[in-house]
Amino acid sequence: MVLLAEAPASVAALLPRAVQSVDWLAVAPPTLLALAALAVLVADLFLPVERKQLLGAVTLGGIVLSGLSLLPLHGGHRSTFCLTTGSHTCSYEADRFTLVIQLLVLGGALLTALLSHDAVRDERLPAGEYWFLLLSSAAGAALLPAARDLATLVVALEVASLPAFALVGLRRGDRRSAEAALKFFLSSVTATAVTLLGVSFVYAATGTLHLTDIAHSLGDTDPRLAVLARTGVVLTLVGFAFKTAAVPFHFWVPEAYVGAPLPVAGYLSVVGKAVGFTGIALVTVVAFPSYANVWGPALAVLAAVTMTAGNAAALRQRPDRRHGAVRLLAWSSVGQAGYLLVPLAAAGYAREPGRAVGSTVAYALMYAAVNLGAFAVAALVARTSPAQRLADYRGLFARRPAAALCLAFFLLCLAGLPPGVIGLFAKVTVFSAAVDAGLGWLAVVMAVNVVVSLYYYLQWTALLFRPADEGAAAAPEVPARLGAAIGLAAVAGVVLSGAPQLVLRFASGALL
Amino acid sequence: MSTTALQILLAAIVVVPLLGAVAALLPAPPGLKGRSPGQAVLRHGVTVTGAVLALSVALAAGFDHDHPARMQATTDVGWIPALGVRIHLGVDGVSLPLLVLTSLLTFLCALHSYWRTPDGPSPKAFVALLLLLEGGTLASFAVLDLVLFFLAFETVLIPMYFLISRWGGEGRERGAWRFILYTLLGSVVMLLGLLLVGIKGGTFDMVALATDNGSGLSHSTQVIAVLAIGLGLAVKAPVWPLHSWLPDAHTSAPTAGSVLLAGVLLKMGTYGLVRIVLPIAPDGARTFAPYLAALAAVGIVYGSLVCLALARRGAKGDLKRLVAYSSVGHMGFVLLGIATLTPTGVNGALFANVAHGLVTGLLFFLVGGIKDRYGTTDLDRLSGPTGAALYGRAPRLGGLLAFGAVASLGLPGLAGFWGEMLAMFASFRPADGLSRPAYLVFLVLAGLGTLLTAAYLLAVVRRVCMGGNGEQHPAGAVGPALTDVRPYEFAAWTPLVVLTVLAGLWPAALLGLTDPVVQQLLGGGN
Repeated sequence: MVLLAEAPASVAALLPRAVQSVDWLAVAPPTLLALAALAVLVADLFLPVERKQLLGAVTLGGIVLSGLSLLPLHGGHRSTFCLTTGSHTCSYEADRFTLVIQLLVLGGALLTALLSHDAVRDERLPAGEYWFLLLSSAAGAALLPAARDLATLVVALEVASLPAFALVGLRRGDRRSAEAALKFFLSSVTATAVTLLGVSFVYAATGTLHLTDIAHSLGDTDPRLAVLARTGVVLTLVGFAFKTAAVPFHFWVPEAYVGAPLPVAGYLSVVGKAVGFTGIALVTVVAFPSYANVWGPALAVLAAVTMTAGNAAALRQRPDRRHGAVRLLAWSSVGQAGYLLVPLAAAGYAREPGRAVGSTVAYALMYAAVNLGAFAVAALVARTSPAQRLADYRGLFARRPAAALCLAFFLLCLAGLPPGVIGLFAKVTVFSAAVDAGLGWLAVVMAVNVVVSLYYYLQWTALLFRPADEGAAAAPEVPARLGAAIGLAAVAGVVLSGAPQLVLRFASGALL
Repeated sequence: MSTTALQILLAAIVVVPLLGAVAALLPAPPGLKGRSPGQAVLRHGVTVTGAVLALSVALAAGFDHDHPARMQATTDVGWIPALGVRIHLGVDGVSLPLLVLTSLLTFLCALHSYWRTPDGPSPKAFVALLLLLEGGTLASFAVLDLVLFFLAFETVLIPMYFLISRWGGEGRERGAWRFILYTLLGSVVMLLGLLLVGIKGGTFDMVALATDNGSGLSHSTQVIAVLAIGLGLAVKAPVWPLHSWLPDAHTSAPTAGSVLLAGVLLKMGTYGLVRIVLPIAPDGARTFAPYLAALAAVGIVYGSLVCLALARRGAKGDLKRLVAYSSVGHMGFVLLGIATLTPTGVNGALFANVAHGLVTGLLFFLVGGIKDRYGTTDLDRLSGPTGAALYGRAPRLGGLLAFGAVASLGLPGLAGFWGEMLAMFASFRPADGLSRPAYLVFLVLAGLGTLLTAAYLLAVVRRVCMGGNGEQHPAGAVGPALTDVRPYEFAAWTPLVVLTVLAGLWPAALLGLTDPVVQQLLGGGN
């Protein structure tokens, strides 16, 4: 597909029917990110060390530009890289679902870039590589929601993940970082291999890679190929489940988050998960609707186990442990991944699967803003207390009232308690998706998990307002970009709490 | 008063406390700085709660008392079309008294705190949390949308948690945790029930659902919904055996926290039962009513037995804990009234609700006053070998405590009497389809409870208010005179005393408001 698209115009004239047309406007968001990544990589070669700061600015500019390129796509439905014969299915669609996820990815990348600025300088990370990898990964993540064939999907998944491995291991001379990266890499590659195997099975059974065509063909496969198709469906989902950090593919999470630079951990928790659940949504709802009886229950069980395991582990974090704060965020993000999967599972039972997927999207938007906000405050606190123990947050309100109030707000959003209204309503949409689909047991499991998670979120929140210990670290100035990141996330959270409709309408409109 | 004015009044009652809470966190504007930042913000609290009280009194005055069953001052605007959630506000005869009670008690708490700054960190956060609590409580009585009700129900948790854990006394962390975890566990289950009703019923609007009177919901849906919603409300109310968070939370809470917890927050549970469970899922309510009545009867006897044990000499009973356990008993009467499913019983329950708010609010204020003077609320240490002799050392305080005690035990002519009498009266003849013999047993248990209540309250009066005379005991055993009721305490407590007497002498004022609404809620008519 790509080769044909880039063929010279003269050839295109000769083969008018074989060449796919390219709508550059539609593919602009991921393309701009990729171009910015290349620009950073090249510029890194020529910039003197003391001016490497510029690379961060280029990255921010690239992300903002890419975000602006979403504007002309608003409201329209564009598709490109379409087959010129047969079914005329397209490999790239810029519909509402795509745009919303791209917005989420770009927003997440923007906040991460704002957070990274000081981390790159303070931790002496190689600037050129860091910004290049971040942009490349974001480009992959932005491509993924638009992909409508399995090959593009897997390629996008890998473009999003491969730079992430390197980002995790970027702290030079840190054994923990290298180990985490290796563990993350090996397990992720295994998962991808399994996915590829699944994809090949599906291809063998249907003879096509385009999602909608697969949906048509799977409906009437040769009965002798039924087992093959079924196995293919399950195996394909494995790789995506890995990215969302669903149990049993979650064990890499705590180490990777602790080993990685903090902004990267935040990035993984938001954009990494977005990649995973988008893939699952596309594959299940678009490609395998006829196998809803297979993946529906499987995802339901996966969701239940994931949230339970994540919350149980988060509950066990002790305040004095080193990196306790990041570990808690890591495990809580596993728990949150479970909630994200609930509507996807419900899509397997519902009459309108698009609606259920919308609940996941709405939840993910809320989660992205507040979770990155929490990571931003964690990055702020880590500047003065590098041990990142939960105990370091004691008395934060006395030292930094604004940051403490923001963190409290983010945690309450994650917990789903007022004044974090948006968190509450995001949970309500997920609950109603489950109840609507008749998954009462899953709703009850989730309810119990929500209460369990309230315990640790609230405990952390309460810690912020305790009197500080003697000799607590002083509060130096907040770096401007870090402050901007916290402020952006907080404003997003507050605005959404006042007008939840801004994100929740995705929960009602049929996506996909 | 015109409809628009009423609408604005009601919306303002909900919004003003929330705005006030935000304003409390901001630095005081020039000209309002007062003597110190603490004093300025406490005065801000008094001003805002006073304004809210004035607004709710105005609302009560403008309320059409001839048609209390009609929803008045209604506002209905879309908020989240995606979920079908609307900002639907309104008052009728059931919610109006609770709105006024809430704004009154919060105002009195703010007034009390202005003179007697609560022990703990900065009063700034205290006032902000108090106002947020008021906003949440008022909202939960004013909203007519299931999801908004849940939102308001949850809103009060965080401020109450911090009020207990930051300004509380001994064991406050534990008390605050138990409070919030119990309530959350219940409320998440309640959310599932509310969603079930909303999805199966096709709307979250309480008025529309109440008009349907359960006709759109199958029997099994109703049973599941009532079980789930009831669980959340039962924790809040609290129903025995889910009450065990209550004594800890009350004992450790600051005075203002205890007053609001007992006076207002518990009412959200019983209000929810009357407003949501009875009209929206009548079949489910009928299924569970006998069990609720049984638990209520057990709660009445259990609460008073625990109080009796606490009031014993040498039991190291805490006076605050005793009042908290007495709440379990009193709320038992409210629940029993509701569980009879008769207009008499539900009216009695609503009356007892308000009466309990007034009387227990007063008692917690008084106990707080005693703690200020003695530094303890431990009955044994208070009373010493003979008794604390409050009548002799601080006669007005002693007199008020005795008044609170007899009001609480249900002396005819005071507020506590009518509600409990009506609840017991109704359980003599419960609604059709409910087992009469069972209810007769509950009636007997409740009657036994009133006797026990009288016993422990009189024991408390005996030990705290009376004491040995100077002849039999060496001088000094009774102790020096204490500061009697201070002017600000007088100001904070008088309204409660006056209303307790008024409600006792003229119950029709309240029952006339609630009765038409109750007839409608139970009958499903319009």
